[in-house]
Amino acid sequence: MLQAEEKFRFEQLVLPHLDSAVNLARWLLKNRSDAEDVVQEAMLRACRFFDRFRGGDARAWLLQIVRNSCYSWFEKNRRSEFMTEFDEELHGPAVADPETLAAQADDRRRLTKTLAGLPARYREVIVLRELEGCSYKEIAEITGIPIGTVMSTLSRARQQLQGALSGVASKEAP
Amino acid sequence: MNCEFAETTVHGYFDGELDAVRSAEFERHLERCVECQRTLESMESLRTRIRHADLSERASPALRDRIRKDLAGTPEKAAPRRVFHPGRFLVPAFGLAAAGLMIALGLGWIQRSSRTTQITAELVDAHVRSLQPGHLADVQSTDQHTVKPWFDGKLDFIPSVSDYAEQGFPLTGGRLDVIDGHTVAAMSYGRRKHIINLFVWPAARESLPDTSGSRQGYNWMAWRAGEMQFCLVSDVSAGDLGELKRLMLAR
Repeated sequence: MLQAEEKFRFEQLVLPHLDSAVNLARWLLKNRSDAEDVVQEAMLRACRFFDRFRGGDARAWLLQIVRNSCYSWFEKNRRSEFMTEFDEELHGPAVADPETLAAQADDRRRLTKTLAGLPARYREVIVLRELEGCSYKEIAEITGIPIGTVMSTLSRARQQLQGALSGVASKEAP
Repeated sequence: MNCEFAETTVHGYFDGELDAVRSAEFERHLERCVECQRTLESMESLRTRIRHADLSERASPALRDRIRKDLAGTPEKAAPRRVFHPGRFLVPAFGLAAAGLMIALGLGWIQRSSRTTQITAELVDAHVRSLQPGHLADVQSTDQHTVKPWFDGKLDFIPSVSDYAEQGFPLTGGRLDVIDGHTVAAMSYGRRKHIINLFVWPAARESLPDTSGSRQGYNWMAWRAGEMQFCLVSDVSAGDLGELKRLMLAR
């Protein structure tokens, strides 16, 4: 498949973005073991088609493959993305005092629940912009949304997220 | 909601995606528009909140392992077979001499670069080792004034220890590690859920070129400052490592 030096290049350019790949897949599929299976397969595909990578942004290139794999997974498993709950693992930062830790975990749970409840097309732009720090150009490349509409998609996604968050907050208030 | 900018342009401005002209135009508008000011504020607070909640997910060690095995198992293409060509044997003598010179120069370079490869491989191994439970810190503290004195008397040099929690790299502890048979100081920093190791030793003992690279999916970045050699190792992006390096050099 790949010559040794190509394999080396793949390891240098693409492999370091494994965490980003898992992050996107996990937020799209909402389940760790599905996400890791899909990412493993996507990595193999990326490796197989590495000769089609024309240089440039390796992370965006990989994330595009991962995103496509996630959507095919939905189709193959005939599952709507609304059917799954986010399987949350609680992991906090290693160092913090217990009080801050509890408050942080609380807010984390609320944000996770709300973000996971957004439609996939909004969830993915929030994940790409706010968690991965992608530029609009990268978001367009990964999602296939025309670059001219990335801004308005993000705007709607943020509005929904904020709306849902204030809804959750008022519902949970005593 | 009346302002049309509050639904679109304000996001481009917030994300730093407007060109200079549109950005200046929007700033003039922002001075007068309460709605856009409010939207901007609420986006700022949403972003801070998301950052604090640390929602990023990362690959498990098991997945890393599976992928490494996959890649190792990927069959390599056979190198194209050389076609016999008689002209190839008519290499002019000066060509041979030039080749000899290149080899002599190249050998020195290879020696240095293979040395770098060996040291950085050990550093990456030390980083991976530190991720095992209970191995990260011999002195666990976020306080630089606790970590620094801990090193006293344990090393024949004094590493400087600083915390960068405000800039998103909190100090989490320190320990001793052994690289190439010598004891080095290792400090760990957090970056979201990731761990960054900083290794420090006297440059006179072993120095690395000011460069960066990656190995087994981990990034490293080395530099020399004063008498000391520094090297960061982590699975965070090279960009994050660069940021931490800049902070450390600015100190």
